[in-house]
Amino acid sequence: MAFQQAPVILSHASIVGPKEGEGPLGDVFDKVLEDMYYEESTWEKAEQKIFLETMKLALAKAQLTTDDMDYLLAGDLTNQIITANFTARSLAIPFIGLYGACSTMYESLALGSMLIDGGYAKYVLVGASSHFATAERQFRFPTEQGVQRAMSAQRTVTGAGAIVLGAQGEGPRITHATIGKVIDFGQGDASDMGSAMAPAAADTFLRHLQDRKISPDFYSIIATGDLGKYGRQLVVKLCEQQEVFLTQSYTDCGILIFDESQDTHAGGSGCGCSAVVTCGHLLREMEQGRLTRILGIGTGALLSPCSSQQGETIPGIAHAVAIEASGGGR
Amino acid sequence: MVTKTRANSLEVDKANYETLVQQVKPKPKVLRNSVLAFLMGGAICALGQICISFFKAQGLATQDAVLATSMVLVFLAALLTGLGIYNEMAKYAGAGMIVPITGFANSMVAPAMEFRSEGMVFGVGARLFMIAGPVLVFGIVAAWLAGLITYLCTLG
Repeated sequence: MAFQQAPVILSHASIVGPKEGEGPLGDVFDKVLEDMYYEESTWEKAEQKIFLETMKLALAKAQLTTDDMDYLLAGDLTNQIITANFTARSLAIPFIGLYGACSTMYESLALGSMLIDGGYAKYVLVGASSHFATAERQFRFPTEQGVQRAMSAQRTVTGAGAIVLGAQGEGPRITHATIGKVIDFGQGDASDMGSAMAPAAADTFLRHLQDRKISPDFYSIIATGDLGKYGRQLVVKLCEQQEVFLTQSYTDCGILIFDESQDTHAGGSGCGCSAVVTCGHLLREMEQGRLTRILGIGTGALLSPCSSQQGETIPGIAHAVAIEASGGGR
Repeated sequence: MVTKTRANSLEVDKANYETLVQQVKPKPKVLRNSVLAFLMGGAICALGQICISFFKAQGLATQDAVLATSMVLVFLAALLTGLGIYNEMAKYAGAGMIVPITGFANSMVAPAMEFRSEGMVFGVGARLFMIAGPVLVFGIVAAWLAGLITYLCTLG
């Protein structure tokens, strides 16, 4: 879909955990935590604190308050999205909770833009968060469990990203969005979610190109959310089969956030992954004039521990959002 | 043209995709993992043997020495788990650290630490055997079956 009055990204904020801070993007985040508990008694509380601070930071940067916001759209990975719900409890903004697995940041951006372009809101606060430990204990093993992880496995990013969208103002504009279909190519390996999500990402991407009648080189960067090293290669191959050729301008937030030496195997994952890379890295690069057009594709693996134990395959989803630098836009 | 390709934008059959995935997916380093598991598993067993010999030299009967050794190994594994070292080592040694009794200790201490935040009863109590539980269940079932077979053999 194309937005008539392209919503403006008024501000963006990101906070990450220690490991993400040590990564190659370490300097671009607004805050890097020293420990995973963030002076709280549980990991869940720590994640809420991170999310709340990120939201407040984004508001402060836009010089707006919670009263100015018409809606808050947010989600995370914990059961019943408690992080987002409890954060919303503290913010008192009309709230729509979202769950799109790791695609939530882009889901919220797309929906937030629709609310604004449709004339239903003047300002919308959107965001997503994940925490390594809360996700790990829910989807996999206790953190201290001695297990050998598969080479295709990824590490859930600890961090949160938030964006204030406005109907008017200065900043990069969201021009288009493509909502993804749920696609399942029969992958069932929960330690290889890149492969499960790659077809959804490729499908959304190809549909986006067809809708806009453009080729991949239209964008200065194309970034999928958290496919990791191997998922990225699969997207390249799937697109090749449709005779769409991706170059070095196509990357993945999961690859960008960690370094090979950090022993994270295929890269980062989680809602926080695309959220912090978009808010911390991509948008900053755009503001500094190094990127003019971004296509972000948030990718999510729609599994639960229950569905994978019952032998279900892993369906994937991907939402694409096109962002253009102000001035270079429509 | 647009509408046509749009309908078929991603018509890849699942078998085709599976081969694609297999091409891309990294293979586990079987040789390296096996060697490390062998060395670490062997080292743990050697440590156990040293303990047994030590306790026997102190005058314990064989059975008591074995018991004391298990206690030492379980204690060490629990301690290393608590210090966050066990999982770092298991990352390299894999099955070498999971199969011996130390792995069993690790599989109980890890959930105990993890679920402490849900309280003593519903957290630690309910989740303590989360990973060790199936091992116990099938161990007991196997022992029961073996016992039954032995018994039936003695009848004949």
